Formats: sequence, C-alpha cells, structure tokens
Amino acid sequence: MGRFLLRRLVLIIPVLIGIIFVTFVLVHSIPGDPCQAMLGERATPEKCAAFRDRYGLNDNILVQFARYVGTLASGDLGSSIKFSRPVGDILLERLPMTLELTVGAMIFAVVIGIPLGITSAYKHKSPIDAATMVGANLGVSMPIFWLGLLLIGFFGVTLHDTPFQLPTGSRLSTSISSPPSLAVAWHLQSLTGFPKGVLTFFSNTVTFNALVTGRWNVLGDALKHLILPSIALGTIPLAIIARLTRSNLLDVMGLDYIRTARAKGLGERTVVFRHAMRNAMLPLVTIIGLQFGGLLGGAVLTESVFGLPGVGKFLVDSIFARDYPVVQGFTLVIALIFVTVNLIVDISYAYLDPRVRLT
Amino acid sequence: MQSIDIEILAHEEPQPAAASLWRDALRNFLHNRSGQLGLAIVGVLLIVAIFAPIIATHDPIEFRDPNNLIRTPPCVHLLGCPKDQPEYIFGLDGNGRDLFSRVVYAARVSLFIGLSTVTFAIVIGTLLGAVAGTTGGWLENVIMRFMDVLLAFPSLLLAIALVAVLRPFIVTGLSPLLPALFAIGFVSIPVYARIVRASVLTIKEQDFVAADRALGASRTRILFHRILPNSLTPLIVQGTLGIATGILDAAALGFLGLGQQPPHPEWGTMLGTERNSVFNAPHLLIFPGLAIVITVLAFNLIGDGLRDALDPRLNR
Repeated sequence: MGRFLLRRLVLIIPVLIGIIFVTFVLVHSIPGDPCQAMLGERATPEKCAAFRDRYGLNDNILVQFARYVGTLASGDLGSSIKFSRPVGDILLERLPMTLELTVGAMIFAVVIGIPLGITSAYKHKSPIDAATMVGANLGVSMPIFWLGLLLIGFFGVTLHDTPFQLPTGSRLSTSISSPPSLAVAWHLQSLTGFPKGVLTFFSNTVTFNALVTGRWNVLGDALKHLILPSIALGTIPLAIIARLTRSNLLDVMGLDYIRTARAKGLGERTVVFRHAMRNAMLPLVTIIGLQFGGLLGGAVLTESVFGLPGVGKFLVDSIFARDYPVVQGFTLVIALIFVTVNLIVDISYAYLDPRVRLT
Repeated sequence: MQSIDIEILAHEEPQPAAASLWRDALRNFLHNRSGQLGLAIVGVLLIVAIFAPIIATHDPIEFRDPNNLIRTPPCVHLLGCPKDQPEYIFGLDGNGRDLFSRVVYAARVSLFIGLSTVTFAIVIGTLLGAVAGTTGGWLENVIMRFMDVLLAFPSLLLAIALVAVLRPFIVTGLSPLLPALFAIGFVSIPVYARIVRASVLTIKEQDFVAADRALGASRTRILFHRILPNSLTPLIVQGTLGIATGILDAAALGFLGLGQQPPHPEWGTMLGTERNSVFNAPHLLIFPGLAIVITVLAFNLIGDGLRDALDPRLNR
C-alpha cells in the first residue's frame, strides 16, 4: 500500500505542473495588450512602460512562467483587476457555496441512484426496471440549466403559496442573516496566514458554520435553498450511478460465488447486500470520483440559473469583464480540487480492492 | 512454390469474416430497440434540419409579429385556438419572432455542432493516439501526459476558459460560434486519443499483426489496414455518445452567452435569453429545452444500441 501511495503521488506531479502550465498559457495567449486591458482609458505609453516593468512582462516567457509558479507556491493567486482584491480572498468567499452545492448534488445522486439501481437489477426486466432505465436515459440527456429552470417554474411558480414551495434562488432567505465568522464565534481573531484562510473557508461554508454554532434556523434555511440546485445538478450523476449500479450488480449476480452463496442456503437479502454489493460497488467509487469533475463544471450552470454566489457564476462574469487573473486562478483551483478528488478515489479504490495495489 | 504461397497469403484479406462481423453488428443494432428509436428520431431531426425553410412557418430572424405582440403562448387553429388570432405553433418569443421557426432552424446548428466537434476530436484524437501508440518513447509520454492534464480539468470549465481566450480573436465576418466549436472539440480530444492508443497497444501485439510484419508490411499499412479498423468499435460508440455531449455542451455555452449569439437561433442561446420568462411565458423555455432533450436522447440511444450491438459480450 505504501509503495502504491508513493507511486500515485509521484505520478501526480507532472499533471500538476501541466495544469499550471495550461492555465498560464491560456491566459497569456489572450490577444491584446494586458496594460490596455488593465488600465483601460488611463493607459498612456509611460504608464504602460511602468506597468510592464512592474509585472515583469518584458521578460522571457519561461522566466515569467517560473515566476508565476513561484508566486503560486507562496499561495498567491494574483489580484482581481475589476475588484482590486486578491483572487484567493474571493475564492475563500465563493468556493464554499460551490462545494456545498456539489456535495449536495452528490448526496442526492448517491442516495437515490444506488437504491434505484439495486431495485432495478433485483427486479430485472420488471416495469420498475424499465421505468428506471427510461428515466436514466432521460436524466443524462437533460441540460442542467433547463432542468433548473423547470424546477424553478414548478416549485417556485406552480406550487407558489403551498407548503411544497421551495426557494428558487440565493443562498439564504432575506429574513435570515448569515452566521457570523467562526473567528469571532471562537475568539480566534488573532489568527493569520493559512490557518486564518482555513477558518474563513469554514466560516463561509454556511451549513457547516450554522451546524457547529448551533444556529438551527440558519441551517434549515440554507439546506432548503440547496434542495432545488442539488436536484438540478445531481440528476445526471444520479442517472449514471443508477445505470452503473444496475449493470454491475447484474454482472456480479451471474458469477459462481453468488451461486455458491445461494447453494449454501443464504437468504436472498444476504446474497445481494453482503456478497454481490461488495463487488458491484467497486467501480462505483471511480465513477463517483469522475462525476465530481462534471459536477464542478455543471455548478457553473446551476449557480447561474439559481443566482447562487459560488465560483461558477463569478467565473463567467469575470470572463465577460476580462478579469483574467480571476479566470486563471479559479480555473487552476478547480482543476486542483478535481485532481485531489481523483487521487483520493484512486487511493480508496486501492484500499478497497487489493488487486489494484498488486498490479 | 514457397514464395508464391506467401504472396497469396499476403494479398488475402480476411474479408469474408470481417464483413460478416460487421453485418452481424449491423443486424444486432437494427434489432436493438434503443438503437431503432434513436435512429428514427435522428432521421426526423435530419429531415427537419434539411427542410427547415419548408417546415418553418416564418423567417427565424427577420420576422416580427405585425401587431408587435411578444411572448404570446402557442396558438394552433387545429387545436382550438380562435381563428381570428394569427397562428404561431410554439408562440412568440421576447422579440415577437416565431418560436417554432426558430426551434426548427436551430436543429441545423445543433446537429452541425454535434457532428463537426466530434469529427474534429476524432481526427485529432486518433492521430495523437496512433502516434503515441505506435512510436512509444518520449513522444508517447509527452502526448499522453498532455491528455492527462486536459482530463484534469472539468471539461465544461475548460471549454468556458478556452472560449474566453478565443473570443477576442473573432473579427467581423467570422461566426461567433467558432470559439465554442473549437473549445467543445478540443476538450473531447483526450477521450479519443486514449481509446486509440489503448487499441493500438493491444492490437499491435497480436499474431495477425506480427504475421503482417513478418511479411514485410510497412508501419503505415499495418496502422491503416490492421490497427485502426480494429479500434473502430470503441471509436464509433464513443463518437455517437460524443455527439450528444457536444450538443449539450454547446447548449450550455449558448445559455451562458458564450456560444451562438442572438439573433441567430440556437436552443441553448434561446433558453439563456429567455431564462426570466419562467414566471410569465414558460413556453419559451419548454420548447427549446425539449428539442435539446430529444436530440441528445436520440444520440445517447444510438450510442447505447451500438455498444450493445458491437460488443457481443454485453449482450443480455
């Protein structure tokens, strides 16, 4: 296991460098003078010369890349042009929303998808099975943003003023104020640097903050606001997970050891849940990890539809505003999260399935 | 005598066996219910796209309702809409244009996007995968690690970033759709490169390829006559599913304002510009959205059908 871990960690280094390089190249291949873009109408030849000097734009591109990696290593993602604030600070504000949404969607997908898949495999070729498969096909074919709009229409407009009405936008109701920062709640205002960043991150994770500080009304309201976006975002992974659970379980149920289990007189429930499921779940771990990337991309759309203050909406706004440091920093961080999730998935897969470690 | 034998063997293509395998696959596919349904829908969509000028009731861009009405709900005389009202099958959009005609014309755009991005990705991906698989060494490493890096980005996000970079390059006269097309095609290259490389690696070790090599067949001949035909199966399946993904991604980019630009009809863009109509004119969201779902579903069904037909192991 130790050697596997080490190999996996070493293999990730070139990918990390590649990601940084790609985001760097992306932003540096944008046509036009960065000085013009940043200073706009205030750009004069003198100011531009000073500007190019200050940002080292006259240096060789490789030198610039090395410097960029250096600043990244010190945890600096640059500053937003439009808001004149460090990109890192904006991320600490907005990333929690996106992650809450992504996790919410994943929970929705797994909690509904796996039982659906099991039922459909167990009742193979029954109407339930057929309905699940038709539903799954529809689910993967539905644009996230369209489903989101339909959900808003149904739960916000059609069910308006009924007990089933659900919030269709923003993070909290207007009557509910955001919970105060954890630094204040825990008297940790003296923190600086990385620990402060971590604390800010968890403070801005509204559900977490409300949970640990015991603000149940805030927690309830925040969760309610997450329901529709999570359904919109989670439907595609739900369909994929249901389909995969079903086909894996069907494959495994045909194997000899299942026949043996049945032959020795075990109940059907034990055969399915204790014998078949263990092997059928393995590939699911990978798929759930892979879906995470799709969710991070889809979060952009979901946040845009539901007007949630996450990274996705901000990223698209920054593209239109040509706020390139933000585009660069956000893309980089999201890719890093994706890679980390995949690494965790690989490791847990190796932990669950000894065959992977030995090859 | 000996040399003649070898000559004959060298020219003897395993045609009959290969042809019947493909014929079997085709028959399997045509008997596959999801394949049938998918093909039928795509057939209808193609007809709609090709004959859009005949099917559409109005000009999709120029037409405006003469009474300056906007966002009126669908009105079909046959379905009981009063005869004194003008007939708009899907209603009017926010600019008083006929929604039905716009949805019909947009079928052209979406099918074009799906087919062109997948073709682009398959051609480049196959090339990269084949080069990586046949040459090996540092070149293979560079290509495949680059593919890993591309796969490390959520694809929609990478596409958005690419469009951001490419948008300023669009000068007047060029279609504003081009950055989106390129971005969608580009982000799906790694999938095809991986498939082709994996097939190349497996197939090049097999006996019939070794026999070819022993008979003096060139590298290129082996690649084009032996290896690529044998990697077609996964490419076809992935390509069909890729069309579905491409159409979905294009709609997403359009929705965000990064794809086709108004007034040109495109389903995602139409949904994006009318997103606030969910409260007062939901028909403006329902029809373009349904069009996307039906189209994407059709290609997904064909892809599933092809996979079942081409991979006998999966048959059950």
